[in-house]
Amino acid sequence: MEKKELKAGEVSYEKLIINPSWCKGCGICVAFCPKKILSIENEKVKVDDIEKCIQCGMCELRCPDYAIYVGGKKNEKRG
Amino acid sequence: MPSNLVEKYFRTEKLPQIWCPGCGHGVITRSIVDAIDQAGLDKDKVCIVSGIGCSSRAPGYMDFNTLHTTHGRALAFATGIKLAKPELKVIVITGDGDATAIGGNHFIHACRRNIGITTIVYNNNIYGMTGGQYSPTTPKHEKGTTAPFGNIDKAFDICDLASAAGASYVGRSTAYHANLTTTLVKNALNNEGFSLVEAVSGCPTYYGRKNKKGNAVDMMNWYKDNAVTAAAAAKLSEEQMAGKILIGEFKNKPEPEYTSEYQKIIDKLAKGR
Ligand SMILES: Cc1ncc(C[n+]2csc(CCOP(=O)(O)OP(=O)(O)O)c2C)c(N)n1
Ligand code: SF4
Ligand code: SF4
Ligand code: SF4
Repeated sequence: MEKKELKAGEVSYEKLIINPSWCKGCGICVAFCPKKILSIENEKVKVDDIEKCIQCGMCELRCPDYAIYVGGKKNEKRG
Repeated sequence: MPSNLVEKYFRTEKLPQIWCPGCGHGVITRSIVDAIDQAGLDKDKVCIVSGIGCSSRAPGYMDFNTLHTTHGRALAFATGIKLAKPELKVIVITGDGDATAIGGNHFIHACRRNIGITTIVYNNNIYGMTGGQYSPTTPKHEKGTTAPFGNIDKAFDICDLASAAGASYVGRSTAYHANLTTTLVKNALNNEGFSLVEAVSGCPTYYGRKNKKGNAVDMMNWYKDNAVTAAAAAKLSEEQMAGKILIGEFKNKPEPEYTSEYQKIIDKLAKGR
């Protein structure tokens, strides 16, 4: 899957979007991702293997800083 | 771009919040806007009121009518708003200190009146903002900066307190159980009278550190492993329940709401003239 850098340092893998400028590196998303594909590098979240992401939204659900979320249809439905 | 949910309901120019890394308050705040979204409420018809504390900073980030008031007095301000504009959905966001220490009297009387306010207490068992003093919900023998050798007070059970005082909707969740928080807040918003949702929140900086609870992830894991639903609790002895957190919906018993009872008096007197 293509990795795109958006404005303000945001990183989009289309199915998963990360905003490092809001991430405080707490590690909650890393701990509760059922696929164990996230890690922390330099106090920011990082995706190690986007292909394995099942868009379950567990990371988004418990991120205290709204710095990671599921893209595509799931996102479009909300708000 | 943030997620659609965040874009719609947050003042994104103010993010990220001032809260410490891994503070449970951010997770609970997201669950609340998720509930507002699922309840299909009109943003302009919602008013969110808070007192003072880390938890009370939440409405500052939320894109609704918001009011940040004085310590312990959120419910007093909210009562005024609800009486002046009963058509509004009034939500109070408060902390365990704000709601049950300095604001304890407002709290029990708002419950007793069954006024149509949905109150969400972010219970982190400590005064986070002022540096970790023990609060009315700090468990016995646990530590705070003002109880370096352990707190000897018995903790309040906020849900029992609200229920006994007359709240018509009562439930508890934790920062880990984000979807449950959303469900409880949504049900609470659907109750006409006073609703109380206690959301147990992790304060890794003070409560966590003072009581050797580990980091933010450890605290979330602790909620995951130690929260028990009422159904499961029924099968456990009192000893087995010690130190566990009871979660779920405890009371949903609609009763006449205060501002509509007040309106009845107005209507009656208006007819008499
Ligand atoms: C009248 C008054 N007394 C004391 C304070 C100091 N004070 C500010 S926040 C706070 C406690 C906050 O604790 P809590 O409501 O549990 O919120 P938290 O910060 O833990 O989220 C206190 C004592 C104040 N601001 N005003
Ligand atoms: S959506 Fe699920 S699988 Fe994908 S990164 Fe988030 S938690 Fe992991
Ligand atoms: S949960 Fe959020 S703030 Fe914490 S590490 Fe993950 S993306 Fe960053
Ligand atoms: S002091 Fe505690 S409650 Fe306040 S922001 Fe930090 S972790 Fe959260």
